[in-house]
Amino acid sequence: MNNLIRLVDGQARIITDDPWQLHDAENAGSAPLILPLAAWRERQSVEVLQGGAMSADGLLLQVDDEPEALQPFLPSLALIAIDFPSFRDGRGYSQAYLLRTRLGWRGELRAVGDVLRDQLAHMRQCGFDAFAVRADKSVEDALKGLAGLSVLYGRSVIEPRPLFRRGRAGAEAEST
Amino acid sequence: MYQYDDYDRALVRERVAQFRDQVQRRLDDELSEEEFLPLRLQNGLYLQKHAYMLRVAIPYGTLAASQMRALAHIAREYDRGYGHFTTRQNIQFNWIDLERVPDILDWLADHDMHAIQTSGNCVRNITTEAFAGVAADEYLDPRPLAEILRQWSTVNPEFLFLPRKFKIALCAAEEDRAAIQVHDIGLQLYRDEADELRLRVLVGGGLGRTPIIAQTLREGLHWQDCLSYVEAILRVYNRHGRRDNKYKARIKILVKALGIEAFAAEVEREWQPIKDGPARLTEDEYQRVAASFHKPAYAPLDAIDLEFGTHLARDEAFARWVSRNVMAHQVPGYLSVVLSTKPGISAPPGDVTAEQMEAVADWSERYGFGEIRIAHEQNLVLPDVRKADLYALWTQAQAAGLGTANAGLLTDIIACPGGDFCALANAKSIPIAQAIQQRFDDLDYLHDLGELSLNISGCMNACGHHHIGNIGILGVDKNGSEWYQLTLGGSQGQQAALGKVIGPSFAAEQVPAVIERIVQTYVDYREVNEGFLDTFQRIGLEPFKERVYTREEVA
Repeated sequence: MNNLIRLVDGQARIITDDPWQLHDAENAGSAPLILPLAAWRERQSVEVLQGGAMSADGLLLQVDDEPEALQPFLPSLALIAIDFPSFRDGRGYSQAYLLRTRLGWRGELRAVGDVLRDQLAHMRQCGFDAFAVRADKSVEDALKGLAGLSVLYGRSVIEPRPLFRRGRAGAEAEST
Repeated sequence: MYQYDDYDRALVRERVAQFRDQVQRRLDDELSEEEFLPLRLQNGLYLQKHAYMLRVAIPYGTLAASQMRALAHIAREYDRGYGHFTTRQNIQFNWIDLERVPDILDWLADHDMHAIQTSGNCVRNITTEAFAGVAADEYLDPRPLAEILRQWSTVNPEFLFLPRKFKIALCAAEEDRAAIQVHDIGLQLYRDEADELRLRVLVGGGLGRTPIIAQTLREGLHWQDCLSYVEAILRVYNRHGRRDNKYKARIKILVKALGIEAFAAEVEREWQPIKDGPARLTEDEYQRVAASFHKPAYAPLDAIDLEFGTHLARDEAFARWVSRNVMAHQVPGYLSVVLSTKPGISAPPGDVTAEQMEAVADWSERYGFGEIRIAHEQNLVLPDVRKADLYALWTQAQAAGLGTANAGLLTDIIACPGGDFCALANAKSIPIAQAIQQRFDDLDYLHDLGELSLNISGCMNACGHHHIGNIGILGVDKNGSEWYQLTLGGSQGQQAALGKVIGPSFAAEQVPAVIERIVQTYVDYREVNEGFLDTFQRIGLEPFKERVYTREEVA
């Protein structure tokens, strides 16, 4: 994919040689592809499906999908992409939260679709570490959107403790 | 009231800088209007009929005198000299230039204020009642938890693009003055037998196109579980709320579709893994926030003030105002005062001029502890006034146009800005409100009628809460002309109810006469000391219908 930003050791990098392709009619045969669950399963060997080998493909989680359905395949995957059909559709944030915190996904979590500068910081907070910025937008500009605000009152995937457990006056390290 | 610390200040400052950049990118056309729209909405900026409208947050309706003066400055420097207070305790400015919005937000940040999440499909301003911390019937002070929820919901990254807007209200008194049963989440706070703070969690209430009274989702939730439980509700809603139709996207539709038991089970499943985690509120944090809401230094006063008694006996107009606009207080010798923004023809409901704002700020310092509240009914409240100062305050309030003795009466109309300003409206609200206020300008008669709420919305979105007015008026569009549909028997509070449609709608000029017939029906049928709502519940819709739709033309 072009227009890709990836966090490497917490640092944002623009990636120019990303091999992954979102599955569509034109690239049906070539790997590595990112496919919706049903299409992904069809392309995998029994070994991969049983967790005995790594998949050459990545998995695309769509807005109506249950992240829990991915659980059996997580050990075989190198990449999960979450689709944002519109930047105003916020389901992907909760899917990312669940994948990271409830299902323990540690591999790459890539935001794809209507991915724009002004949402990147929120995506990062929710555990995304790769951002395929929409093709008509400048990826250099989008980089500026990653930092977001320095204050997070509540909690998130990358900062699971609310501010009141992070040393705000009089609130240090309470365990109740 | 809550005191900002460095974190709070840094957040609002950075947010202003971020929005300044976004506005610039919009002006440079780097951002399309479609991309800019949710960004500006999340900073309170709407595009209305004539200009941009900026809605400034007044968290749970509490303002310091200095903040009220800051709002007056905005009204004067950036608008046309006034602002409009809303049913969700915020203030709207109707004539704003896009280019100047970042400067306004900077000015707000100078005064520990912001416009964050006053619009958009996110968690909106957290509201509670105007008498929080002083009401005589209060179980406990709801403001610390309201502030904790405000912070938790502010720029919470997972929940900024919900299916639709999301409103949370708290009530901690016997009487519900925050309309919690018509909110997405309503929290009723109370103390259990062990004196522990607990919450009854209501969900799925709301007005708009599909008005629904909230259902109880959970009883007895421990206060420390408040944030994790609300987080669980929001995650379920964010994942499963409808996004295919904006009129079916509120949580009430999801709750209705699943049924409350199934919805509760979903929330429970989401909550169990997080309830004992770091989202659990700590005693330290509660105390840190609660310290901002410690009681002011009340003077030890007698409950009886002789001079006050003399004024009451001598001045009938003052006595009338006291009977309606003064509320019982927790501390002897103190009272809370409602300054009515509903004088009638001279100003639309909720509109307050810069001069009035400054006067109110002065009074709050002279007669109180420099604090002002905004009521859900769009009035202003001075929470701590000494009984001995009431007469002086009333005299000045009268002179400033804020002394109308009509709190809770028929002319204390809740109204949205309507077709005069709002791009969504089907019909105007303000001229209807003013025509009714003119028709009922006899204060003796109004006081004789007693408690009677009349709410007007210019469209189905129901910003004027018409469903829960004893008399509700809804503006509807019929072949391009403006008509008004009436409902009767709505109410807010613990006995919240949705009004029933009386029949076919009316033309604007018919409305005052129709209201008169409704009121006359009540007067004819009421028993001694029976309020409008009680009479309506006893006799039902029919007698009103009969009177209103008699064959003779309504004029």
